[in-house]
Amino acid sequence: MANYSTNEFRSGLKVMLDGEPCNILENEYVKPGKGQAFNRVKLRNLNTGRVWERTFKSGESLEGADVMDHDMEYLYNDGEFWYFMDPVTFEQFPADEKAVGENYKWLKEQEQVVVTLYNGSPLAITPPNHVELEIAETDPGLKGDTANGGTKPATLVTGAVIKVPLFLSTGEVIRVDTRTGEYLSRAKD
Amino acid sequence: MSWQPSASLPALHQRAILYRLIRAFFAERDILELDVPLLSEYATVDPFINSIEATVMSHPHYLQTSPEFYLKRFLAAYPQDVYYLGKAFRDDEKGQRHSPEFTMLEWYRVGWDEQSLIEEVRQLLVLFFPDMPWCLMSYREVFQTYLSLDPHSATSDELRQCAYQYIETSFDSDDKNAWLDLLFTHCIEPKLPNGIVGIYDYPATQAALARVDVDSSGQQVAKRFEIYIDQIELANGYWELADPNEQERRFNQDQEYRALNQLPVLPYDQALVDALKEGQFPDCAGVALGIDRLLMCYLKKASIGEVISFR
Repeated sequence: MANYSTNEFRSGLKVMLDGEPCNILENEYVKPGKGQAFNRVKLRNLNTGRVWERTFKSGESLEGADVMDHDMEYLYNDGEFWYFMDPVTFEQFPADEKAVGENYKWLKEQEQVVVTLYNGSPLAITPPNHVELEIAETDPGLKGDTANGGTKPATLVTGAVIKVPLFLSTGEVIRVDTRTGEYLSRAKD
Repeated sequence: MSWQPSASLPALHQRAILYRLIRAFFAERDILELDVPLLSEYATVDPFINSIEATVMSHPHYLQTSPEFYLKRFLAAYPQDVYYLGKAFRDDEKGQRHSPEFTMLEWYRVGWDEQSLIEEVRQLLVLFFPDMPWCLMSYREVFQTYLSLDPHSATSDELRQCAYQYIETSFDSDDKNAWLDLLFTHCIEPKLPNGIVGIYDYPATQAALARVDVDSSGQQVAKRFEIYIDQIELANGYWELADPNEQERRFNQDQEYRALNQLPVLPYDQALVDALKEGQFPDCAGVALGIDRLLMCYLKKASIGEVISFR
């Protein structure tokens, strides 16, 4: 992989630090009036999700990490792995619980997601910002209650539990924001 | 990239007004405005500043990183107060408060020392910040206040240990100045009081182009100062070094540092050494002030792009 100097650091750049693949979040250039300049860098360790803060002398460099985002199709879960397929090569990639994490809640078969590969294996997955999922179970809908009323919990077919308005019923398809886990609207079908 | 200016129209008006006020300030004091070339055959030798190279008539030239050497050559020829208001260029400096092309105000006062010049910087800043608190501290005082360390007597090892309590670094160093700079930028600057803060009597090893003298405690210090506004570094000044042999020695020392650290070793400004040797370079104090940052502070903008016409 190529080496990147501090002045090429920008958010989104994937680099190796202490043997771990990291995503640069922030790069702040600091310099006293005269003398040594530094780069204060915030990086997310892509293996652990933890955020590191590290100060470099300006001009230092880091090796790039072989981390690439790919659009893939979610196929199925066999109880241990979640399987994703590259729609161009049809190659399948099993992702473990560490890579999928809480995002299992938003995975719908045949949907497109972004799979981050590190040295060819899934490191993380990113679902689309908005997904449409069916309500598997919720208290019966209150007819006519479409005003700004209260909410109730609903379990979706993926197992996610979210708050939805009172008027929704089991079997309806709703749009959810996967970043916040919030109900957005009924699916427009 | 947007084709539109990066600064708002009101910010651009404020910049124009600021130029008028600054020129009036110097006109009142009968200080000559001097325009100097942006292109020079010489690069800076400061190991921490990178010159931008430009090829002119097939020969390497450099965009000036500061008008300092031209202003000093002028002073050696005509010992009188002088200022420059215009552009300077430094490669690789880009961030919220840095732009590779920026606007600098630099002025020299003949017969003055750094303390009287600090007072004049204050008078200029009062035009823009009439109600701002003002305080003056030595470099030693700020280290003692915020880190309980004496920066002059502390060893490289003590500074390293102190730095590791607060900062994770990717590097180690035997260079005491690297640790001083790290602690200053990471642990002191953010804690400086609000308002205008002047810091003086820098370590002798950070003299740059200031003369070295002893302070009241007998410590060797550089007659150099920095001015901060609300934790933002705004100006750097010196009681200027006038000794041509010492000037030449520092140039060579910087070149050695560059060679040792695999930095480009470029021709230093022999004309400046000649001017100090052969001209009538006066005792004087000089200061350089970042105009873009002054505008950022004045207009309360977080990014330098908001005060520059096009970024």
